[in-house]
Amino acid sequence: MSQFQEKTQITRIERLTENIVRITLDSPDIASIAKPGQFVMIRTGNGKDPLLRRPFSISQTSNSQHFQILFKVVGRGTSLLAHSREGEYLSVLGPLGNGFRINCKSRNCLVGGGMGIAPLLFLAKTMLRKCPNTPPLVVLGARNREELTSLVYDFAELGLSAHTATDDGSLGHHGLVTDVLKNLDLGTNCTSYVCGPHPMMAAVHLFCKDRNYGCQVSMETNMACGMGACLGCIVPVTKGGYGHACTDGPVFDAKELVWEVK
Amino acid sequence: MGSEITSADLRVSIGSLNLKNPVMTASGTFGYAREFEPYVNLHRLGAVVVKGISIEPRAGNPPPRIVETSCGMLNAIGLENVGVERFISEKMISLQGINVPVIVNILGDTLEEYREIAKRLADVDGISGIEVNISCPNVKKGGVAFGTVPNMAAAVTAAVKESSSVPVIVKLSPNVTDITEIACAVEEGGADAVSLINTLIGMAIDHRSRRPQLANVIGGLSGPAIKPVALRMVYQVAQAVSIPVIGVGGIETAEDILEFMLAGATAVQIGTANFVNPRASEEAVEGLAHYVAEQKLGSIREIIGGLILP
Ligand SMILES: Cc1cc2nc3c(=O)[nH]c(=O)nc-3n(C[C@H](O)[C@H](O)[C@H](O)COP(=O)(O)OP(=O)(O)OC[C@H]3O[C@@H](n4cnc5c(N)ncnc54)[C@H](O)[C@@H]3O)c2cc1C
Ligand SMILES: Cc1cc2nc3c(=O)[nH]c(=O)nc-3n(C[C@H](O)[C@H](O)[C@H](O)COP(=O)(O)O)c2cc1C
Ligand code: FES
Repeated sequence: MSQFQEKTQITRIERLTENIVRITLDSPDIASIAKPGQFVMIRTGNGKDPLLRRPFSISQTSNSQHFQILFKVVGRGTSLLAHSREGEYLSVLGPLGNGFRINCKSRNCLVGGGMGIAPLLFLAKTMLRKCPNTPPLVVLGARNREELTSLVYDFAELGLSAHTATDDGSLGHHGLVTDVLKNLDLGTNCTSYVCGPHPMMAAVHLFCKDRNYGCQVSMETNMACGMGACLGCIVPVTKGGYGHACTDGPVFDAKELVWEVK
Repeated sequence: MGSEITSADLRVSIGSLNLKNPVMTASGTFGYAREFEPYVNLHRLGAVVVKGISIEPRAGNPPPRIVETSCGMLNAIGLENVGVERFISEKMISLQGINVPVIVNILGDTLEEYREIAKRLADVDGISGIEVNISCPNVKKGGVAFGTVPNMAAAVTAAVKESSSVPVIVKLSPNVTDITEIACAVEEGGADAVSLINTLIGMAIDHRSRRPQLANVIGGLSGPAIKPVALRMVYQVAQAVSIPVIGVGGIETAEDILEFMLAGATAVQIGTANFVNPRASEEAVEGLAHYVAEQKLGSIREIIGGLILP
């Protein structure tokens, strides 16, 4: 398994909204071997505080030269990253984790919520290349139109028209992505690839379970190392005990996880 | 200059265990070493200390298990490990190939468990030392940590020592009133060396949700935040005992290591820094070699305990 620790140069920073940022990094080592669903650990500053790296999904790669991350500013680390500048260098570890397992034999449905949409763009691109005859369905959810607009556009550029749901109804369906899923014709053989808030993933898991569909989910946990050393990043698994999101995941078969169903 | 650096004498000894340099990795922060192979030339390290092993496998605590705090982190992993049998049949096999001394960290709930695990490891090839984590609660004595009561600490040390053929390092808990008292007790019990410090017990609360940030409520603090405490304890213990002292706590760079060695440490362990910079341990070895060459020292050993007091 190849992994790298690199100083990577920021070639571009885009503010998609007031607090959603996309950073493009120059890193042939990582870009050329990354798979959709894998992530990187990034140092957000040079000092001792914040101390730990932050995990981010690889949201796109291009020409085996660059990769992108897409994130929302939620705290100190992401705020520092958002204030970095083009030309500066970031210390990056990656690519880490297992990634999605693409199944060209089934109908494929990508379901993203909020910043969970980040890895799905990379996944969509790869799917279109690997399974050109079965383009995936795309269902995206977010708080409002502002958060979704530019992401919907990114999928449109790939020729994929996304079904959308927003909490406030400002774009697409007013409500949950699972409502949208129920109204789509997914056939009898479908696999969902899901990344988003935990309750959303739990709901999609139940939806898929009821219909005997495949369901892969990308789990978010606190992570200190991203490489299997700290044992901090656990998720409960049905066979007992815990899986480690950084090495066994972050993508899991939803059936293998214990879901707290309310 | 390159040859000066590769020829710098960084060798140190922990009892009968001879190390090519004083830099080890701390238990629980370096996995079973292979995880770091993409980043580190393992054979350049002084030694590797692996994740704590118990007789039976342990699932560990529920999530969240880790949270970042100012210049550090809290963990409540709950000593998750594969148990001694799987450690020997799977992990040890892979460790035997890495060409660096392997020190196995052990833990138990009772004196008998410590003894049993030491016995089980005694005839396994490729183990250069045992490190005894005595920060665990003694279930037969109302859950009081072995490492907080001098006679319990001494008894665990003696039990492990009896059953081992390799040097025994006892890892001290800082969560005590007088760490020198415990250090002297384990020296008396037959320890070949002491390592300190394990994590300091701490807590983090999210005021918005009014909940603790760790599922276990409390956890162990590590990282740069604890370095001054570790340095002070190493300094005190080094004066109180005559066995080698291994300094642990907040070490990130060669400069940090020099400070611990001046305070009296013969060797050191790098923990949390491995998460931030997986190459930290190897870079520290390079830094020490530079220092020895630049200062024209005959050996790194010249600085051990070399603190100049006011
Ligand atoms: C495998 C993986 C991939 C990820 N990919 C992305 C991505 O592509 N884009 C993206 O925006 N984020 C992603 N995240 C989440 C991201 O890592 C966190 O948002 C980030 O670490 C927060 O750092 P901070 O210093 O800004 O926040 P902190 O100061 O650490 O925390 C500030 C606030 O944010 C909350 N917070 C912290 N971590 C998370 C989290 N993981 N999820 C939700 N809230 C959190 C805290 O509870 C706190 O209230 C991913 C996480 C994982 C584990
Ligand atoms: C995630 C984590 C797991 C740890 N697991 C163990 C362990 O199994 N046994 C042990 O003796 N110490 C364990 N420790 C303590 C470290 O070995 C070390 O003593 C402590 O973290 C202080 O050093 P540092 O500040 O360099 O991390 C652990 C520390 C961390 C952060
Ligand atoms: S993040 Fe450290 S083991 Fe997964």
